[in-house]
Amino acid sequence: MMAATLFRRSVSVAVLAATLGAALVAAPALAQRDPAYAAARAAGQVGERMDGYLGFVVPPSGDLKALVEDLNIKRKAVYAQQAQAQHATVEEYAFTAGCQAIARTAPGEKYQAPDGSWATRTSAPPQRDPRCP
Amino acid sequence: MLVAGSLATGGCISVNAPDKPIVIELNINIQQEVVYRLAADADKTIEKNPEIF
Repeated sequence: MMAATLFRRSVSVAVLAATLGAALVAAPALAQRDPAYAAARAAGQVGERMDGYLGFVVPPSGDLKALVEDLNIKRKAVYAQQAQAQHATVEEYAFTAGCQAIARTAPGEKYQAPDGSWATRTSAPPQRDPRCP
Repeated sequence: MLVAGSLATGGCISVNAPDKPIVIELNINIQQEVVYRLAADADKTIEKNPEIF
């Protein structure tokens, strides 16, 4: 009886801690895409590569190039952090994120097909590497 | 000296560069089971960082 009560109490403490933790972690997620990046995606100038990074479908302007390279650096930092936590390599984690990012593209956006070419997302599922889940 | 030099040259094994370019495929090492294991976490990472995805 005593043990059960203690167990129940520690479970509720854990649930409370998890809820607080989730609220703290979720706070910075309110930031949205830079409008210039969003516009370049929608226009098909920038696409999702298979390796988990953004690529240029057409030669970019200097400003867009700098913006996208900055996003790729930030992606790599997040991949490296998560890869370490998941005991995987940065390349493995980045590739997996690439699978998921391609799956999340909206119709009209560009993504890299398994043959390396740029494809335009339609309402049908994208063509992905056979290793993608 | 000259004789020794030519003898040494005669003993050399010639190594030719391969006629095909050497391509290192990093992707080939990524196993499907690893990708499956990481998929749920990668999804969460994308959702938590909407400004960079």
